[in-house]
Amino acid sequence: MIKYSIRRILLTIPLLLVVLSMVFVFVRLAPGDPAMAMLGQYATQEGLDALRKQMGLDAPMWLQYLRFLGDLLRGDLGVSMLNGVPVVDQLRVVLPYTLELTVSAMVLGVLLGVPMGVYTALRRNRSADYSGRVVSLVGISIPSFFLGILLLYVFSVRMDLFPVLGAGRDGDLGDRLYHLVLPTLSLGLIMTSYIMRMTRSSMLNVLNEDFVRTAKSKGLQERIVVYKHAFMNALIPVVSVLGIYFIINLGSSIMTEIVFSRPGLGKLMVLAMKQRDYVVLQSVMVIYATLAIFINLFVDLIYGLIDPRIKYG
Amino acid sequence: MLNDLRRKQLRVFLRNRIAVVGFFLTLLLILIAFFAGYVAPYDPNEQNVYSRLTSPDLKHWFGTDSYGRDTLSRVIHGSRISLAVGVCSIIFGMVIGSLAGMFAAFDRGKIGNLIMRAVDVMMCFPAEIFAILFLVMIGQGMDKLIFAIGVVMAPRFARLSYGTTLSIREREYIEAARALGAKRPRIVLKHIFPNILGEILVMCSLWTATAIRVEANLSFLGMGVPPPTATWGNMVRTGVSQLTNAPWLSIFPGLAIMVAVLAFNLIGDGLRDVMDPKLQQG
Repeated sequence: MIKYSIRRILLTIPLLLVVLSMVFVFVRLAPGDPAMAMLGQYATQEGLDALRKQMGLDAPMWLQYLRFLGDLLRGDLGVSMLNGVPVVDQLRVVLPYTLELTVSAMVLGVLLGVPMGVYTALRRNRSADYSGRVVSLVGISIPSFFLGILLLYVFSVRMDLFPVLGAGRDGDLGDRLYHLVLPTLSLGLIMTSYIMRMTRSSMLNVLNEDFVRTAKSKGLQERIVVYKHAFMNALIPVVSVLGIYFIINLGSSIMTEIVFSRPGLGKLMVLAMKQRDYVVLQSVMVIYATLAIFINLFVDLIYGLIDPRIKYG
Repeated sequence: MLNDLRRKQLRVFLRNRIAVVGFFLTLLLILIAFFAGYVAPYDPNEQNVYSRLTSPDLKHWFGTDSYGRDTLSRVIHGSRISLAVGVCSIIFGMVIGSLAGMFAAFDRGKIGNLIMRAVDVMMCFPAEIFAILFLVMIGQGMDKLIFAIGVVMAPRFARLSYGTTLSIREREYIEAARALGAKRPRIVLKHIFPNILGEILVMCSLWTATAIRVEANLSFLGMGVPPPTATWGNMVRTGVSQLTNAPWLSIFPGLAIMVAVLAFNLIGDGLRDVMDPKLQQG
């Protein structure tokens, strides 16, 4: 278990390096000169040269790359090309909003999806299972922004139950939570559908296994067979895909933040894209990629904890 | 023997009512997209100052936008973009992804290993973010969108074909082909590809659904095919600012996205059951 964890953690380092390099290359290959984008098309040649020098764009590519990695290590992500604010400060403000949204959506997805998946699996091919399958298929088909818009229209515009925009006042926990309800629902219900489908099929697989039949034929109570033998084993594949689902969730949160006008990484990224602020854009991408890698690491470590083949292997 | 299997598979598919609904829904969408010019009641870009922001009525079933353009006609024409991008990007992703995966599984040397590690890295990113990275680099437009989404989807095909190829590469008939002196490209294309095609096609349907959703997301973020071309995503994007006074502007194109994604998911779900031997006996 410890060996597995250490190996898994060490594997993160090259992965992180490759992903960061990719972000660097992509953003450098983007068309348009960042200095030109900042100063506008009427900038003088001297002005452009001076700015390029200041931004380090005159250095050879390999040096720029080393500087990029060095700055990242020191936690320096540069300053925004448009307003001169250090990017780290901007990220420090928006990151908690994105995290509270994605984590709460994931928690909702697990809390609803797992029991619903087990329930429908136990009632295979009956009406509850049938309607559960249809509903979850709709759930994985609906884009997060559209579900957000529907919730916003019904609960905020029509019924006036929830706030329309924003993320609530800073420091006021009640207000923050109040603003979090609809965005969490719009991402969380989609996650529920994914997790429910996975739990159902995993549970169905396990229920067909020999050891479940053995447990039943031993005369054990149905309840014990289902929850102790089948459920615990069915959970393993579900946990293993939670990382993938979290990444889908992270991608969908961009659109949800836009719909609800919530501050967050997604909103910052779209703004940077519109304004061609490559420094901010690059940093947001770095954060997204790092988050995704650490989520995968976290899920794999949990997986090691619950899967006996790894735990005792 | 083979026909018997096919007939059995067809029976499993037809017995799955949800999948049949998905099949007809997809067919309907493709027909609508193909004959958009005939089906749409109005020109999708025709402006009419006298009927601005009218709510849905008999003349304009889905209402009109702030330029007086007919929302139904725009939704109908938007289907072309969504389906074309969804289907083309999946074909593109399938070709490069499965070739890379098959090669990696067959090679199992340094290059093969490198390909699969690259696949791991690409799968780290959320699909939308990876596609945005690409679009920032290559710029916007329909062909670029297809390229970007295709590249984003390719690693999934690579992983799938890698796994399936590994499982059959040690079979006798592959060994026989090798013993007869068949070259590697011939073995891959003639003996391996036809045998993993079934599984790839099932996932094609499910991943087309994903590709359509990613296209909608990108176009909602303003990274899709640029206006005035009507795409479902950018219709929702412009409509959402008028949610309070003209909800039809965002709700109808949003519904269209959902139906299209659902249709492909339904087929994919049904096809997966068809390929599952456990279900065929029952």
